[in-house]
Amino acid sequence: MRGPGKKAPRHKMKVSIGDRIINFITYVVYSFFAFVCVYPFYYIFINSISANNLSEKGKVLFWPKQIHFTNYANVLKIPALFNALKVSVARTVVGTVLTVLFSAFLGYMFTRETLWGRKFWYRFVVVTMYFNAGIIPWFITMMNLRLTNNFWGYIWPVVVQPFYVVLCKTYVESTPIELQEAAEIDGAGTLTIFFRIMLPVIKPILATIAIFAAVAQWNSFQDTLLLMTDSKLYTLQFVLYQYINQANSLRGLVNNASGTVDIAASLAKAQTATSIRMTVTIIVVTPIILVYPMFQRFFVKGIMIGAVKG
Amino acid sequence: MKLLENKRKIRSLREFLYILPFLALVAIFSYYPLYGWFYAFFDYKPPFPLTWDRFVGFKWFQTMVANKVRVAQLLSVLRNTFAISGISLAFSWFPMIFAVFLNEIRSTGFKKFVQTVTTLPHFISWVLVYSIAFAVFSSTGAVNTVAISLGLYNEPKIFLASSEHIWFKMWLWLTWKNAGWAAIMYIAAIAAIDEELITAAKVDGASRMRIIWHITIPSLMPTYFVIVMLNLANFLSNGFEQFYVFQNAFNKEYIQVLDLYVYNLAMGNGGYSLSVAVSMFKSLVSVVLLCVTNGISKLVRGHGFI
Repeated sequence: MRGPGKKAPRHKMKVSIGDRIINFITYVVYSFFAFVCVYPFYYIFINSISANNLSEKGKVLFWPKQIHFTNYANVLKIPALFNALKVSVARTVVGTVLTVLFSAFLGYMFTRETLWGRKFWYRFVVVTMYFNAGIIPWFITMMNLRLTNNFWGYIWPVVVQPFYVVLCKTYVESTPIELQEAAEIDGAGTLTIFFRIMLPVIKPILATIAIFAAVAQWNSFQDTLLLMTDSKLYTLQFVLYQYINQANSLRGLVNNASGTVDIAASLAKAQTATSIRMTVTIIVVTPIILVYPMFQRFFVKGIMIGAVKG
Repeated sequence: MKLLENKRKIRSLREFLYILPFLALVAIFSYYPLYGWFYAFFDYKPPFPLTWDRFVGFKWFQTMVANKVRVAQLLSVLRNTFAISGISLAFSWFPMIFAVFLNEIRSTGFKKFVQTVTTLPHFISWVLVYSIAFAVFSSTGAVNTVAISLGLYNEPKIFLASSEHIWFKMWLWLTWKNAGWAAIMYIAAIAAIDEELITAAKVDGASRMRIIWHITIPSLMPTYFVIVMLNLANFLSNGFEQFYVFQNAFNKEYIQVLDLYVYNLAMGNGGYSLSVAVSMFKSLVSVVLLCVTNGISKLVRGHGFI
């Protein structure tokens, strides 16, 4: 039995010194982690708005120099890039809307006791999470279905996602069954119940799925690489990848198109390989950063449901 | 009574018809591509359709082990795959430790800030990661500029177009992108630890490190175990995009992992059939790995994870 004698306070002192050292080290280490994650984005951003002849030589490190925003206007004048922006937005909007609707509907239908072969078809869908034919068989399939060089090649393969169906089914099951029963007594059919009652009730999980699906569509790169040879269907991600590897040849294109390169034009605003790369990177990353705060509210919950079911 | 029964049957079929189009999508995009595995037994040259006179049996599988150039190539690809997966496995504890010490930070504001910014990279694509790598590590990028102005070296170092430490660099990028995200699971598990246990330990005079070592980490072990098992099950699947975007003429020999090799074979000189054969071989080994790890999990935890 160690009473509150003389030893206890000294012991406490010792702990608090150890504590302070731990505190100090954790603060330093985690500040470093945070810096490593934030600085690259900041670095690219300040470079995209600084004088292009400085950014090209790596002179912009901590704060922007000679701020100007002409890079953004000029880069969007590249027809290929503006077109890619349209393709990316289109596939994100169409893909997200369809994924959310289809997941919600399938998730709801798989809770209907009356559905013919309910358990079998549910497994039929869920099992596909665990196997994958590989990219070449998938590519040959897409060729056979005439989905190469076709906008719908971005959409149809990904709109029924077993994981989202499971999420929706779990969520529907957690809502009171009386909701559906009451509507059925009032004479509502399967579809009416879905659209009028279920859709509004399961909105929270649909919001989560919408954000995940939208980010997946926006970030998608591999499908463009495999399926699309028609440059009209290139996405922003794909064009950015091309620009990183061949920005030098692009420089001339922008400067000619935007007319900033007559002799009088200032070097600070003429496009360089670096300025194009940095500017396009910021354009591609901005939507993610904008939806990210919404994500944070959802993802812990989403992961927890997944962990329970997965 | 019979009328009611019939009504029920009709309704049950009608509901099936509602979901039929979606089942068709699943069948087309998840099941139908499996037939592509047949291409491994044919000499397939697109765009001609598959015909029986092009049937070659196990020729491609024999090529994999008989043709000296192919064997050397496959061995180097396996070496890269094993090295990169091995490094990931060896450092798989990192997100757990990251979460444990993040939890030790007293200031909620700072904790939240760190968690927010370290999770963000998970949501950007590999193309963007590569773009960031290019910006920060190119010859006029931030790292070279700072290092030169500090006098660490005089000539800009080439980080991306070289095969030096490439396996470790790939792990670093993977960690930069995913560690914060992977930590969320552990943070949730830490939050679920019984508060009384920790209070009791404190009353007994346990220091923070002791509490971490004897309470926090043991209670995270079940989660960590699952992660290690999943890592083992996916040992041959490093993914494709990361290595595709980071590959170049200088590092190709050391960065080409199985997933990338399958793609490069098909698009390059190997042809579709050989590529499918390699990917089949990979799938078969992966299934075995999955069964083994699932078995281990059943032995240790009493239930598997499939």
